[in-house]
Amino acid sequence: MPDSVPYGRSTQHPSPIPEVHILWMTSGLGCDGDSVSITAATQPSIEDVLLGAIPGLPKVHLHNPVLAYETGDDFLKFWHMASKGQLEPFVLVVEGSIPNEKIKKEGYWAAMGTDAATGQPITTNEWLDRLSSKALAIVCAGTCATYGGIHAMSGNPTGCMGVADYLGHRWLSKAGIPIVNVPGCPVQPDNFMETLLYLLYQVAGLAPMIPLDDIGRPKWLFGRTVHEGCDRAGYYEQGDFATEYGAPQCIVKLGCWGPVVQCNVPKRGWMAGIGGCPNVGGICIGCTMPGFPDKFMPFMDEPPGARVSSNMSGAYGRVMRGLRSITKNTLNKEPKWRHPRPQLTTGYHPKSY
Amino acid sequence: MSTVTTPHSGTPIESRKLVEMNWDPITRIVGSLGIFTKIDFENRQVAECHSTSSIFRGYSVFMKGKDPRDAHFITSRICGICGDNHATCAMYAQNMAFGVQPPALGEWITNLGEAAEYMFDHNIFQDNLVGVDFCEQMVKETNPKVLAKAETTLSPHSNLHGFRTIADIMRALNPFTGSFYKEALQMSRMTREMFCLMEGRHVHPSTLYPGGVGTVPTVQLFTDYLVRLMKYVEFMKKVVPLHDDLFDFFYDALPGYEEVGRRRILLGCWGSFNDPAHCDYKYKHMTDWGRKMFVTPGVVVDGELVTTDLVDINLNIRILLGSSYYDDWIDSPTFVKYDPLGNPVDQRHPWNQTTIPRPQKRDFEDKYTWVMSPRWYDKRTGDHLALDTGGGPIARFWATALAGRVDIGYIKATGRSVKIYLPKTTSLPEVEFEWKIPKWSNAIERDRARTYFQAYAAAAALHFVDQALKELHAGRTATWSDFKVPEEAIGCGFHEAVRGVLSHHVVIREGKIANYHPYPPTPWNANPRDSYGTPGPYEDAVQNTPIFEENGPDKFKGIDIMRTVRSFDPCLPCGVHMYLGNGKTLETHHSPMFGAAHSGEEHAG
Repeated sequence: MPDSVPYGRSTQHPSPIPEVHILWMTSGLGCDGDSVSITAATQPSIEDVLLGAIPGLPKVHLHNPVLAYETGDDFLKFWHMASKGQLEPFVLVVEGSIPNEKIKKEGYWAAMGTDAATGQPITTNEWLDRLSSKALAIVCAGTCATYGGIHAMSGNPTGCMGVADYLGHRWLSKAGIPIVNVPGCPVQPDNFMETLLYLLYQVAGLAPMIPLDDIGRPKWLFGRTVHEGCDRAGYYEQGDFATEYGAPQCIVKLGCWGPVVQCNVPKRGWMAGIGGCPNVGGICIGCTMPGFPDKFMPFMDEPPGARVSSNMSGAYGRVMRGLRSITKNTLNKEPKWRHPRPQLTTGYHPKSY
Repeated sequence: MSTVTTPHSGTPIESRKLVEMNWDPITRIVGSLGIFTKIDFENRQVAECHSTSSIFRGYSVFMKGKDPRDAHFITSRICGICGDNHATCAMYAQNMAFGVQPPALGEWITNLGEAAEYMFDHNIFQDNLVGVDFCEQMVKETNPKVLAKAETTLSPHSNLHGFRTIADIMRALNPFTGSFYKEALQMSRMTREMFCLMEGRHVHPSTLYPGGVGTVPTVQLFTDYLVRLMKYVEFMKKVVPLHDDLFDFFYDALPGYEEVGRRRILLGCWGSFNDPAHCDYKYKHMTDWGRKMFVTPGVVVDGELVTTDLVDINLNIRILLGSSYYDDWIDSPTFVKYDPLGNPVDQRHPWNQTTIPRPQKRDFEDKYTWVMSPRWYDKRTGDHLALDTGGGPIARFWATALAGRVDIGYIKATGRSVKIYLPKTTSLPEVEFEWKIPKWSNAIERDRARTYFQAYAAAAALHFVDQALKELHAGRTATWSDFKVPEEAIGCGFHEAVRGVLSHHVVIREGKIANYHPYPPTPWNANPRDSYGTPGPYEDAVQNTPIFEENGPDKFKGIDIMRTVRSFDPCLPCGVHMYLGNGKTLETHHSPMFGAAHSGEEHAG
């Protein structure tokens, strides 16, 4: 019966919003590592999302400079359309930290494309100003965009900051969604794609408001510490600590910040369950945290407090959780020099601008 | 003295009618790049090109005063596709400065990680980014006559890769829908799993340290790597002939295509994969252990191997300004007057550079980019050579082939070629590929070398697995050596990032970083006109490129320019912007375009 409708089709519902655009801006101060990272994702993969492998979602059009077919003006036309409200609806993904363009007389720290009228580059900040009010949601990919990251370390010349520092921590999109922060340096591939998928479900009316903690992180991904998901925690519990890199025991005495860093990588692995950080011999340097990198440096020293806690492990569990929550509060705050005011307060004193 | 590369065209620029065509941003690369050109449509040629990068982050500024042990964690973040190359190179520089040598097994694990990076990165760039410039959709839009010919041209190696015609190969490269595009993307995930086995995380590794690695060496570790490697080896047996067919077809379908992206043969390779039997990380032995690397360092000028000596390579690096947004540091402090062998070190050498950013308006007649102009001083002629890396592989092969030193069974450098042996796999017999020195340094040969180097990296990894297992079976399982950070020290690391030469230079004072300068491939390739007026390699390669695209100015895609730029594998978390103007016709120009002084930090990979 070639003309009959399959019985099971009644399970399938088209998305109320048939199409959605993703504008992915890599022109913050970053390294494009988050764009590269998502090409490693498989749960879901980028092709799964673009080719319609997930039921019920709108058709997704991705505009990302690393992967785009178009180049130059052919590529930028979508960005100009979105600025004018002609590309609805769209989700804006930001990668890289936002420089402070107000601390100098002229020129630019970061830009994408050229302004046809002036012949000068269009700054990343200008794009963010143009697009933020039009976006259905803003998703920050990686620690640079979320909290400032490596390029916002002390002594930096650009005064850069996270997107929320720039737009305001209480910013809401026109759809009432706060800035969604998926930190990580780079972002763990599946963490990002899973978050994006959740938002697409939300756009399609298939999920409630995305559950975020008070600094914009998806709760289900960042609610636990590295230590709570680390397969070396058993060594910790037995007081068995490695004294040299390459040994299989707990590496907290070699610089691992796992007990106080919120991240699921040891549990999830880096990709396909393979790799990670302390679980495979790499100290946790806190790369998902607002205090990264300054509050974790020098990375290879034992974190203050680690010795106390590793000496006390087990018996004083409740006390430990209390102490750690104090440390976490500190690490969950960015250094004070990341701000949009027209002054450079990072400790670098330029004479040339 | 300066080096002005000779233009290929005889038509004087004064008499030409030029159209401004710009692309900003250039996509399908890593980072931000703009390319601004003037095109002579009558003579079907690019007359002028400026390359610009629009991002500044300031690594060499904010690393000052930090703990030298943090250098590899920090510098990994320079690049989001080959960050591990930076971490590794930083580790080499730290090892020299700290006076530490990793155990052999630590070195083999690093080499296995880096080999996986080459396998991954060349694969995804070639087949998911560059490949799109050769896909059916693109060729249909730019050269429909070429596509028509491809439909009727049988692939010479269809028995090996399964695509009957060249057009079938092109269709397989269509983004997200083509079968080979999808297979390559999937393969790029498996090679990243191999990478993560050795270095923890891609792209910023977690398990690298000065003194070795934190990776736990087990039978499982090497087995998990090897079974994936053999799948990649089988994949290579199809990929190399597939690309040979595609690239040979372009020469055949478009006579003269060898001129696209062609420039003088000026290639640099800083060597890759240290041999723990020889490398002690001491500067005074660097000439010897550099020559034992599994990719030989070298400078190739006009087809001649000028040097394979890392000390010579090191001392003759010069960082020039001219068109970049920085103040000169000639009057700033000199950190290193003499190297550890007593050779004088120039004030324009990375050890002595001070980065002084001065943001300003972009002016193509003056300063127009954040990229500085690295040059290599040729003491034979007094020229500051604008060496390029050709995206990495072509320079690595050329230097390695001519040097004739690498001989590890799986790979043999013959003096005029490099032979690569891949053993039997599940469904295909053993093969030997041979990369032969090409006639030109041009877009197609840069791309071809990239495919062959994927096979080279796989063959090298087979050797490294053999060596690592020997250590493991002998019970020598240490992967890391302890060290102390000295109060005063200098160090340098030389490596090949995926897309070419990479150096890190560090000066330590009072136990902290006093100066740090990474020089990745992209500043070498994407730089502007220097203080002598010599254009950077992208600029030079695009200028004088003939135009084969069938579209006129109104629908012009600039595909031949894109193929030229992407053949260098741009990676600019410093970029090149190509911006397609509105086809505005310019006044006839009288400015001395070639060699006129003009056209970044930030050097990613």
